Amino acid sequence: MSASAPSKSEILANGLWRNNTGLVALLGLCPLLATSSSAVNGLGLGLATVLVLLLTNTTIALIRSFVPNEVRIPVFIVVIASAVTAVELAMHAFLPELHKVLGIFIPLIVTNCCVLGRAESFASKNAPALAALDGVATGLGFTLVLTVLGSLREFVGQGTLFASADIMFGEAGRMLTVQVLHDYRGFLLAILPPGAFIGLALLIAGKNWLDARTNARTAATPVEAGCTPEAHARA
Amino acid sequence: MLFETRTSPHVHLGNSVALVMRRVLYALAPGLLVLIVVFGPGVLVQLALAAATALACETLMLLLRRRPLAPFLGDASALVTAALLAVALPPLGPWWLIVLGTAFAIVIAKHLYGGLGYNPFNPAMIGYVVLLISFPLEMSTWAAPRGVGGHVAGFGEALGLIFGGHGDHVLLDAVSSATPLDTLRTQLGLGQTVAAVRAGSPVFGWIGGSGWEWANLAFLGGGLWMCQRRVAAWQIPAGMLGALALISTVFWIAEPARFAPPWFHVMSGAAVFGAFFIATDPVSASTTPRGRLIYGAGIGLLTWLIRSLGGFPDGVAFAVLLMNLAAPTIDQYTLPRAFGAGRA
Repeated sequence: MSASAPSKSEILANGLWRNNTGLVALLGLCPLLATSSSAVNGLGLGLATVLVLLLTNTTIALIRSFVPNEVRIPVFIVVIASAVTAVELAMHAFLPELHKVLGIFIPLIVTNCCVLGRAESFASKNAPALAALDGVATGLGFTLVLTVLGSLREFVGQGTLFASADIMFGEAGRMLTVQVLHDYRGFLLAILPPGAFIGLALLIAGKNWLDARTNARTAATPVEAGCTPEAHARA
Repeated sequence: MLFETRTSPHVHLGNSVALVMRRVLYALAPGLLVLIVVFGPGVLVQLALAAATALACETLMLLLRRRPLAPFLGDASALVTAALLAVALPPLGPWWLIVLGTAFAIVIAKHLYGGLGYNPFNPAMIGYVVLLISFPLEMSTWAAPRGVGGHVAGFGEALGLIFGGHGDHVLLDAVSSATPLDTLRTQLGLGQTVAAVRAGSPVFGWIGGSGWEWANLAFLGGGLWMCQRRVAAWQIPAGMLGALALISTVFWIAEPARFAPPWFHVMSGAAVFGAFFIATDPVSASTTPRGRLIYGAGIGLLTWLIRSLGGFPDGVAFAVLLMNLAAPTIDQYTLPRAFGAGRA
């Protein structure tokens, strides 16, 4: 449909880093801020979102040629709601503990703007295979931010990492839990909502700083080589 | 011939940031002295810890932001934040409490928002509130004031408690007591009347809290001097204490058993200190004359609401932060009419 389909590496780079939902597009902030109180919660919700995005992007790319343009949004929403319901029921059945912890935020994936956003801006214009890849890349980018923010808040807040990992990975998960700081008093602020906002702001600032540094380096290289028009003009 | 033209102000006070900050420190001094007498030398230790942390964090952030060190370190604004926190935090609190609070105030609440003059919230109160919601136990363990049953920790004992941790429970219990507002809150929750609570506990003095009222009087003196020197805008403390007195009078007349009298509200907790030293921060407060009255009154009302109906014994810090949020909007609607302009 679209004139030039984006390359696979471009899709991956956009989803994971350059257009990261959590750090750049700032979509789906409500679940991002609310469920990132620990690494396991973040990872759990992130993986659920990956699954939803994979299902919705693939389905919408498959039906894109016969969905009338005028009613596409309601159609997309029905697809998304069905996918979320399926994922929620599956989590309720197989990961009841995690389902209990994440609670309302699993059904609320329906309202995550990034799911509808990917459907509208990518899946409805591209082939199913690419759309599926885009869904996974976007979802993993979201999961990355959720897990990093969750780990950060959990570490500062209670001095552990991947505490109660068994609710997600079963008994074997207990080995994942790391008590990083012993006899730690705990810093409640990090686990409370302000910690989410401060932590996310620091992550965004960190990404912008990294990008600025990378840009400065790539911009500086040709000038040093002395073969740009500007360098010649200066000479 | 061309005459030199100059824009207003043609006569000004010769104020500078450094002068204003130094005057705030002078005005704080009597109150700090009373606190040291009443609560022991622990206050002094906290002040030293806060000042050292504040200067270190300020230097670090200025270096990171590539700003000149001398003008910003020399204006003493970091020291004011440190002194305010030293007054606000428990005198025998562990050392990491005040270090963490001061660092948070300077690094996050001040410099990450753009440094002096750009912070939308009062840095000292951000530091205080962060500690209050993160470490409620440490923050509510106050030293017992002189003359109230327990004994005042000496210099050695204070150092031991601040740096050695609170493991020594016997000593800690001997030198700490619930604050007047805390006692009032707990006992009212048990169904007592205000009069019975105040008669039944030695922490209450003849107006506010025993010992606390002297510190508050000293802060009142320092604050009035700041207003007279135009370091602080008089409208803010007037609005705040006025509103606090007004609303507490109304409820005290209606139901004296459940609500404390106005003089108690004004002279206990952080009311006077907050009104003159916290709310008047020129950066985060409202800047128009009428706006300052409204801003102050808002803080007074919120303080009373949080004290009487909320979940915390005192509410000055939360009230100041909430009104900081409202200050830009208040300014927008209370701009003074320019001379000659029509009424809006």
